[in-house]
Amino acid sequence: MSGTSYVIKGARVLGEESRDLYVSDGAFAEAAPRGAKVIDADGCIALPGLVDLHTHLREPGREDAETVLTGTRAAAAGGFTAVHAMANTDPVADTAGVVEQVWRLGREAGYCDVRPVGAVTAGLKGERLAELGAMADSAARVRVFSDDGHCVSDAALMRRALEYVKAFGGVVAQHAQEPRLTEGAQMNEGELSGVLGLQGWPAVAEEAIIARDVLLAAHTGSKLHVCHLSTAGSVEIVRWAKSRGYPVTAEVTPHHLLLTEDLIRGYDPVYKVNPPLRSAADVEAVRAGLADGTIDAVATDHAPHPVEAKDCEWAVAAMGMVGLETALSVVQRTMVETGLLDWAGVADRMSARPARIGSVTGQGRSVATGEPANLVLIDPAAARVIEPGALYSLSHNTPYAGMKLPGAVVVTLLHGSATVLDGRVVER
Amino acid sequence: MAKRHLLSTADLTVDDANLILDTAQELASVAGRAIKKLPTLRGRTVVNLFFEDSTRTRISFETAAKRLSADVINFSAKGSSVSKGESLKDTALTLEAMGADAVVVRHWASGGAHRLANAGWIRSSVVNAGDGTHEHPTQALLDAFTLRQRLGSVAGRHVAIVGDVLHSRVARSNVHLLATLGAEVTLVAPPTLLPLGVEHWPCASSYELDPILPKCDAVMMLRVQRERMNQAFFPTEREYSRRYGLQAARMALLPQHAVVMHPGPMNRGLEISAEVADSVRSTVTEQVANGVSVRMAVLYLLLGGAESAIGNDEEGSAR
Amino acid sequence: MTTQSGARSAGLDPAAARAVLDGPAVDRALTRIAHEILERTGGAEDAVLLGIPTRGAVLGRRLGELISRFEGHAVPVGSLDVTMYRDDLRLKPARPLRRTEIPTGGVDGRLVILVDDVLFSGRTVRAALDALGDLGRPRAIQLAVLVDRGHRQLPIRADYVGKNLPTSMREAVEVHLSETDGRDCVLLGIKAGA
Ligand SMILES: [Zn+2]
Repeated sequence: MSGTSYVIKGARVLGEESRDLYVSDGAFAEAAPRGAKVIDADGCIALPGLVDLHTHLREPGREDAETVLTGTRAAAAGGFTAVHAMANTDPVADTAGVVEQVWRLGREAGYCDVRPVGAVTAGLKGERLAELGAMADSAARVRVFSDDGHCVSDAALMRRALEYVKAFGGVVAQHAQEPRLTEGAQMNEGELSGVLGLQGWPAVAEEAIIARDVLLAAHTGSKLHVCHLSTAGSVEIVRWAKSRGYPVTAEVTPHHLLLTEDLIRGYDPVYKVNPPLRSAADVEAVRAGLADGTIDAVATDHAPHPVEAKDCEWAVAAMGMVGLETALSVVQRTMVETGLLDWAGVADRMSARPARIGSVTGQGRSVATGEPANLVLIDPAAARVIEPGALYSLSHNTPYAGMKLPGAVVVTLLHGSATVLDGRVVER
Repeated sequence: MAKRHLLSTADLTVDDANLILDTAQELASVAGRAIKKLPTLRGRTVVNLFFEDSTRTRISFETAAKRLSADVINFSAKGSSVSKGESLKDTALTLEAMGADAVVVRHWASGGAHRLANAGWIRSSVVNAGDGTHEHPTQALLDAFTLRQRLGSVAGRHVAIVGDVLHSRVARSNVHLLATLGAEVTLVAPPTLLPLGVEHWPCASSYELDPILPKCDAVMMLRVQRERMNQAFFPTEREYSRRYGLQAARMALLPQHAVVMHPGPMNRGLEISAEVADSVRSTVTEQVANGVSVRMAVLYLLLGGAESAIGNDEEGSAR
Repeated sequence: MTTQSGARSAGLDPAAARAVLDGPAVDRALTRIAHEILERTGGAEDAVLLGIPTRGAVLGRRLGELISRFEGHAVPVGSLDVTMYRDDLRLKPARPLRRTEIPTGGVDGRLVILVDDVLFSGRTVRAALDALGDLGRPRAIQLAVLVDRGHRQLPIRADYVGKNLPTSMREAVEVHLSETDGRDCVLLGIKAGA
């Protein structure tokens, strides 16, 4: 797997002056290895391989929507070298057995480092803790725990989870959604929900949980990670918590960086997602939060669904969008083209910080001699119209269909071997 | 551009709305004739697709379609064993295969009619007969028709819409249409039953009913579902009725000419007292009759020609 | 949809169109029709005039006035919109309906005289016969038109004709009346876009 050596000619690492990179034995090397394959990277940006904190790979249980293999191929196509596989599978990843199965499937597929996320509570039921220690000690070495899809709404349970994961340096990733305030919720609560007659999902339902949890994180001295933060108020709370030195990190999804609730006017369920698309002011605020580091990471919340889950009425449609293959383009559009982040900033928010939050060894490192050769080469001048059918993901529920987005992943290297070459996923 | 569907009153221009009301006016006479039938939609098929029970609305549309000589198929998709999501699409494909020219759809989900019209499943015209808590355009049209009959005009009239605005498709459709027709609308409800952002709607709103009544030309009482009480929207039926119900004493605050409307079915004793419901001011039974005329007009204008007349420019022809 | 008062213009190019009847000629034609009606119906005792909107309804009212002036008693006058009975509905966008007004007393057992401006294919009259059939059972039905331009497509003929006007299919005939168009005249010209 690490057999091939590469000379990457003329790459602009983090957007800086172009230089040549050498890869051999899975790491960046000082000089050109003998017999190396040459990759022409003229005009390309080189970033450390991207790390996703929030991916739904759907295996086990919903292999009709995605599998570890298809999901990690999609991730590689999007420039990712590591993904965190969310726990809401069937069976739920709440035991060492299930997380090891996912981890092993990831290794067999060979397209990404797959880091299983363990459920916080048994069966995601929010009643009692899952065997967090067993998952942490398993071969999967789980460090991120989340009931994502559900909020750990019980304050006492959340407190104990935060305390308990300190034993193995874990972090609790909270899906912040006050359940009583969001019963039957269909879209962001605001003027538009009133007009469309769709039950509102108020910002306060997210913010109230985040406010509670940052205080619990401070109280317990344990690490809290806020999943898919989506409102201006949430950014404020996290900013405040960080200013107090609380051990809090947060992520934002690409879709919350680009899309607003106005898209829902036609009731097309491809725009149905949880948390919902918010207002333009919220989009501004999460971009600013990501730019100033209040928000640590971009995480895709890649949520594949089969056709029938979206080809129906809004109310019964599944929530979620695929995002692995478009994340980098959306970040280029919303953060780089707007001058909010440079490419070094993109590397920080999409690789270094998520790797640190997830305690992913060997990922999110710098592009320097001796470091593991996890790398993505991007052609920033490319533009592509998103075609759902051309995605590597098994599911095609992308909200960007027909949209022209900048940038294209040309090459992805995972531990020194190519998972993507010439913009195409390498077959194994 | 011709509109093939009637999904929302927000899509209607003042000319569209007046055309529908004028047409309904002409068609109303059919009800008084010995032969209550016009040959206009002979050979056309209208499907009443109801995902939610509403015998009243279905019968009204059925009568309208039959008076225009359309073939009518009633399709009740409620309680179907397939999952709710699959059934709308699968049913739509069935209707498409049957060659339906128009689908009149009642759906419990907001946006159900939009989905049916725009998802690419069918080519027929879609008439929204009520979608979730979103809209019920033909109800608003028949309300406007009734107002025109009773008050002579809609423009410049003051209409109060009272009750559970938050969950009311009738209120939403009426706000858009009445605003388009130049009426002044005030929504009256407890704060819990007014939607967020209602201040941006083309109407006023009030938490109190009594100060509004003296300037009203019409009061439209919305049905209040008793379940709402359990969701803490209001404390008790008694308190709701006392603050927002229309009883004889309160009706006396209305100007002499003002009318009382209700889309039905009524909760007598909750939002409207029996005395008010049966008073001469009440338009409840006219509303039912007018429903048929308005729905005939909508079906004729959507299906009667080579393309829909709602939204078109004037035709011209030499003979 | 612009809802004009029903007055529609076929868009004959006025420069290219020729007035085949001027105002006084229209008057004379109507007067003659009124006399003929009285003559042939023996005083129009049980007659009901039903004009086909828009201009047929105007002509019906004028004929009604003329008859009551000549005879001293009023003839019931109404209008009959035939839109819903047309056989060419599906060839054009759905049209706004015109007024139907049946005089009190109805049409049962009476002599109904349909009035229209131009008799051409005969299809409008066929639609009117169907519409009448749904309204009641007249004793007899007659037809009065201001202009008969020929080219019948159905076995229909007028009982009273103001002017027989031979035309080609490329031509269009437009009747203008002061109530709807500002002045009385009948124009003959080439169809717009023909
Ligand atoms: Zn989530």
